[in-house]
Amino acid sequence: MFDNFPLWPQRASSMAGNVDALYIFLLIVSGMMTLLIFTALIYFAARYRHRRGVPAEQIEGSIPLELTWSIIPMCVFMAIFLWSAVVFFHLRTPPRDSTEVYVVAKQWMWKLEHAEGQREINELHVPVGRDVKLIMTSQDVIHSFFVPDFRMKQDVVPGRYTVAWFRATKPGTYHLFCTQYCGTQHSSMIGYIIVMEPAQYEAWMSGGSTGPLSATGEKIFAELGCSTCHRSDGQGRGPNLQGVFGRPVALEDGRTVTADENYLRECILDPGAKRVKGFQPIMPTFQGLVSEEQLNALVAYVKSLSQPGQSGATGTPAVAVPKASARPVTKGSQVQ
Amino acid sequence: MPTADNSQGERPNYLNKEYGVGSWLLTTDHKRIALLYLISITFFFFIGGFFALLIRLELLTPAGDLVQADTYNKLFTQHGQVMVFFFLIPSIPAVLGNFLVPMMVGAKDLAFPRVNLLSWYLYIIGGIMMLHCLLTGGVDTGWTFYTPFSTAFSNTKVIEAGLAIFVAGFSSILTGLNFIVTIHRMRAPGMTWSRLPLFIWAHYATSIIQILGTPVIAITLVLVLAERALHLGIFDPKLGGDPLLFQHLFWFYSHPAVYIMILPSMGVVTEIIACFSRKRIFGYSFVALSSIAIAVFGFLVWAHHMFVAGISVYAALVFSILSYAVAVPSAVKVFNWTATLYKGSIHYDAPMLYAFGFLGLFTMGGLTGLFLAALGVNVHVHDTYFVIAHFHYIMVGGAVMGYLGGMHFWWPKISGKLYPEGWARLAALIVFIGFNLTFFPQFILGYVGMPRRYYQYPPEYQVLNVLSTAGATILGVGYLLPMIYFLWSMRYGKPAPANPWNAAGLEWQTPSPPPTFNFDEEPVVTWEAYNYDELDAPRKEEVPVAR
Repeated sequence: MFDNFPLWPQRASSMAGNVDALYIFLLIVSGMMTLLIFTALIYFAARYRHRRGVPAEQIEGSIPLELTWSIIPMCVFMAIFLWSAVVFFHLRTPPRDSTEVYVVAKQWMWKLEHAEGQREINELHVPVGRDVKLIMTSQDVIHSFFVPDFRMKQDVVPGRYTVAWFRATKPGTYHLFCTQYCGTQHSSMIGYIIVMEPAQYEAWMSGGSTGPLSATGEKIFAELGCSTCHRSDGQGRGPNLQGVFGRPVALEDGRTVTADENYLRECILDPGAKRVKGFQPIMPTFQGLVSEEQLNALVAYVKSLSQPGQSGATGTPAVAVPKASARPVTKGSQVQ
Repeated sequence: MPTADNSQGERPNYLNKEYGVGSWLLTTDHKRIALLYLISITFFFFIGGFFALLIRLELLTPAGDLVQADTYNKLFTQHGQVMVFFFLIPSIPAVLGNFLVPMMVGAKDLAFPRVNLLSWYLYIIGGIMMLHCLLTGGVDTGWTFYTPFSTAFSNTKVIEAGLAIFVAGFSSILTGLNFIVTIHRMRAPGMTWSRLPLFIWAHYATSIIQILGTPVIAITLVLVLAERALHLGIFDPKLGGDPLLFQHLFWFYSHPAVYIMILPSMGVVTEIIACFSRKRIFGYSFVALSSIAIAVFGFLVWAHHMFVAGISVYAALVFSILSYAVAVPSAVKVFNWTATLYKGSIHYDAPMLYAFGFLGLFTMGGLTGLFLAALGVNVHVHDTYFVIAHFHYIMVGGAVMGYLGGMHFWWPKISGKLYPEGWARLAALIVFIGFNLTFFPQFILGYVGMPRRYYQYPPEYQVLNVLSTAGATILGVGYLLPMIYFLWSMRYGKPAPANPWNAAGLEWQTPSPPPTFNFDEEPVVTWEAYNYDELDAPRKEEVPVAR
């Protein structure tokens, strides 16, 4: 009977329970405050209704009472804040070693590409129990990736990557909504997340791949001539990209940034903006020359150069940084 | 207009002093300008309401079947723009504030009467531009104008709508300026700051926001139009701009704008509660200062609209904690209003019913704000119907309830006539029930996951949408009723005495309707605000209280 009258979304991700617990706590707190205020209002309204010959008793106010009902709510609010901040940090920090999926949103569809190379439109197949990190960008306007049953949402912004993650806990098919108004067919920009048992998922994965995304990226890297300057022996006119991802990079202007997805993206599209220390401003922009999908492949390729087992990944970082700060940084843990 | 004939010996007042269209369109009398505003904002309220009706009818069924998708997008966009910029923001300040601020401080008029008239003309010019935009195709960006959709992708009348709001914004700035100068410079002898009605404090706080915030939205809209027309790269990443910069600028005004809507309403409710419980307001100075605190803190919370927009986690933490800080003064006000009832002598006239309605709805709106400020929950409910329900509880439940309460409270003063009390109580009840039926289901709908601005939706969301549409129909009836009986009362209502409620405040010490310069002689104030003990002190003759 509740098919057409749901009161609660399904709990299908590792975060859903945490968010619901906080939500229920808020329901209880606000329910108690409502009850308190409404009871007082109704009681006073009935008890002190006008009676002829009974004048109102004038009361100026009371500083102790004012302080009480300022400080107690403030403490309750701070408790809510702290709890919600913990949940939020968890929601926004993808675990290391997540499976990566690149998302490109456009009016009015979702294009998804697995790191392993499978491409999907408006559907995303994921295995149950695995952390999935979404690296998302938009080709046109702002969209938003929302899966109510996972309690997960992140705006997808053109010109940059935003990151989200989830771990599905229950096989099934779940709504994927666009929640940032994006034009005529906004309400049709919906899809499904299909959560499968690992064995089923492996079977699904084995079909129809063109090879891993990083391999596609390697091909593009060669085709665009990137490899002539970004040489792995450190002798090129551009920085060696082996092992760069996730590390701090010293810039020409004295700043240090972490080489995350957004930094790699910016270096391809606007090479002059954050130039690596010691290199000349000779790289041309690739703005307009590479599609969002190609960009994703390039980023995936550069990232693959920093993974154990890849050639050069065990060597010293190409970028000169003080040893003390050359520690690995949690990848893309915060979205800019 | 009330017809008054001097030959029958009626006392001269601001309504019958002069006749003719010119005497209205060129008036510098703050009371006549308030009526000009009343007529204009009522007109826009019913336009915005009509759009809301069409939206609710479309959402009766999951499929998109009543209008086209593009039409639907224009409907919710212009419902928002008309209601926010052409009804809610001017509502209480420009009508009740315009009428009452000079009278409450004991002045003959606002500090700059001609600027006041100019503000109405700017509003009307903006309004005509908005109507022209509506009639020649409309705009579909959402009232929020998010870039790069508004600057590079929408092919509707973005520039016209932006300019209309730009022009109307100046009317808001001029009203705020006029109030601040009036409250500082034109108080009657003896009207010290601590004797001001809290309605004045609320309007003072509102005016600060209007003056400091409105220029920011004006500049932002100009930047949007410049990018759209001239392809300057400001917000569009393809041109080297930053789309989040727009959101920061937009909400820097548009969050405080919510306080432009709710603070005056709080002021109205404070006056009503004091009068109908026959009491001084509990904790006068806390209520007064909380208005200023809300105005100041209100400027520091804008990015809580952007927790999932791509701002950093640390920025989100700062804006979350500040949002909780701004909730404290609002909570303080609710507790003080409630405490004012304690040991009062409470009357249940229509304005008080609206004030009770305000308390209930504002409390629920405020408490659901705690959910939205909670980062972990915000991620899930942001941009769903939960948000729609929350802000309607504040901006319609709170602001419009206060506005209607104020209209009933001061209608005898404004029109010189009494409205039918029974009908007014019935309307208050219908509005309250209709409102809750419309918007309460939307909280559930939002948590279940229905996104906002959806023209069609999955079938499992239908039952809650049907409830909401049913409520909206009832709400519509509730809003039509007051307009009908107010109009009726202008012709058939009983003449109102100077002080039908036996209320405190200078505006009640002058006849209804007041003379053109408000007071026959300049008042001298020797009493505190809300001196209901003195008003209710036993006298020789019973003061008739209109029931």
